[in-house]
Amino acid sequence: MEVVCIVCPNGCLLQAEQTPEGIKVSGNKCKRGAAFAIEELTAPKRSLTTTVATCFKDMPVVPVRTDGEIPKEKIFELMSFLKTLRAERRYKMGEILASDILGTGVNIIVTCDM
Amino acid sequence: MTIYKAAVIGGGPAGLAAALAASKGGKVLLIEREARLGGILKQCVHDGFGVIRFGEKLSGCEYAQRFIDEVRSNKEIDIRLLTYVIGIKKNKTFHITATSSSGIETYEAENLILANGCRERTARQVNIHGTRPAGVMTAGVAQNFVNLLGVLPGKRCVILGSGDIGLIMARRLTLEGAEVLGVYEAKNTPSGLTRNISQCLNDFNIPLHLSATVKRVFGNKRVEAVEICKVTEKMEYIRGTEEILPCDTLIVSVGLIPENELAESLSVEIDPRTRGPVVDQNMQTMQDGVYSVGNALHVHDLVDYVSETAETAGKALLQPAAPRELVKVDAKGFLYLVPQRLDLASIKDSTVFYFRTAVPRKAATLTVRANGQTIYARNYTNLKPPEMEKISIPLKPRTGEKLEFILSDKEV
Repeated sequence: MEVVCIVCPNGCLLQAEQTPEGIKVSGNKCKRGAAFAIEELTAPKRSLTTTVATCFKDMPVVPVRTDGEIPKEKIFELMSFLKTLRAERRYKMGEILASDILGTGVNIIVTCDM
Repeated sequence: MTIYKAAVIGGGPAGLAAALAASKGGKVLLIEREARLGGILKQCVHDGFGVIRFGEKLSGCEYAQRFIDEVRSNKEIDIRLLTYVIGIKKNKTFHITATSSSGIETYEAENLILANGCRERTARQVNIHGTRPAGVMTAGVAQNFVNLLGVLPGKRCVILGSGDIGLIMARRLTLEGAEVLGVYEAKNTPSGLTRNISQCLNDFNIPLHLSATVKRVFGNKRVEAVEICKVTEKMEYIRGTEEILPCDTLIVSVGLIPENELAESLSVEIDPRTRGPVVDQNMQTMQDGVYSVGNALHVHDLVDYVSETAETAGKALLQPAAPRELVKVDAKGFLYLVPQRLDLASIKDSTVFYFRTAVPRKAATLTVRANGQTIYARNYTNLKPPEMEKISIPLKPRTGEKLEFILSDKEV
């Protein structure tokens, strides 16, 4: 099975094979590639970068991201949840806007000073 | 009136890094036309920035904020926001005229660093026929709508061009609830990173159509449909393959061009290959005291290198000014090679070059010759025009020497 690694801009084309000892990965230039391929085939995860609405006219939305990865199938559920949020004060980069979202243990952090 | 050591035009990643580096040599003026520093990174909410410089994956906003914090706390840097440069004159120093809410003002600086970035090619520059309704926009404009204004520019979008910005916008619009019908690329290979094809298109089942382009736009007030057509390798339409695709938005992501109106007003020599100024290894243009950095110099793939070229220029200002002794660098087999000149008076033990190959090469050799003698050679695998390469080469050219850089397929 072929998987394109998305860990870094190299974008290695990984070959993953199911063997009795587990999934064997080749084509990776680094260790992270092997870990990525195994995760991608068993429980794919993604980080999410997007924006959240604010109450400020000069900055109607603020950029945010997850501070870790969440299961890939929860991406749209997370987007719907973020649509219900509104930043009511001026946050600084790195501040948590919402914690433990959808019970994943992952937080939503603001990525620039408002 | 303060005579600044340097005036930096543009408060994006290049201008921020240039101002910081130059501030070690005196007062610096940083002019930005928008209300906030950060340039285009303000709207780059996606991650993947700073892997080379910081060793971590940051969003564009975070990458910019790190520099903005440093610039804001630097007492040597005067920042002028919402200020637009309307003209620059050179006497002994540079006189920069700018407009802002306080009226027209003139600033004086010993050096000028042009960090005004690049512009997107528009639908009008790629021969799309038909009407001109609302809903035709560049990927950067769509990104501005979504990420800065918080508005969705369309509901059923077609994207022309498979560069990274186009791919990133395909994902972004999908996440925000728009339907992206497909990404169309006239070439037979995608222009963007494989990783972005995977995480931006495949993750969301967005089809990528190669060797296909948008031929025509339909609609009076708003886009109603586009005509898609297959093309040959020579970019000729293939008759009979036309298809009408109903949509309300056409987003074009068809390349970037360095912005050099100010440079041209100063009669700075432009390299037709980069479409930015000709520079020496210090990023100084052929006009003494005028530097060009970042995407105004040549379009980069990674912001990390944008910051780097800007720092090179900023640092060069710290050296005492000496008359330059310029040698031309001949380049063969490259899409472009920067710098295009070497200043022998200020050359260091090694010199950094940035280049793109003219054509894809599986195995290649970069050879440097001085007066016909090979003085340096390095092998490469898998060079592609969309991927910029950086190399540091130990060079000590002598006056009058003929310097040639040759990129060729590796001889087997």
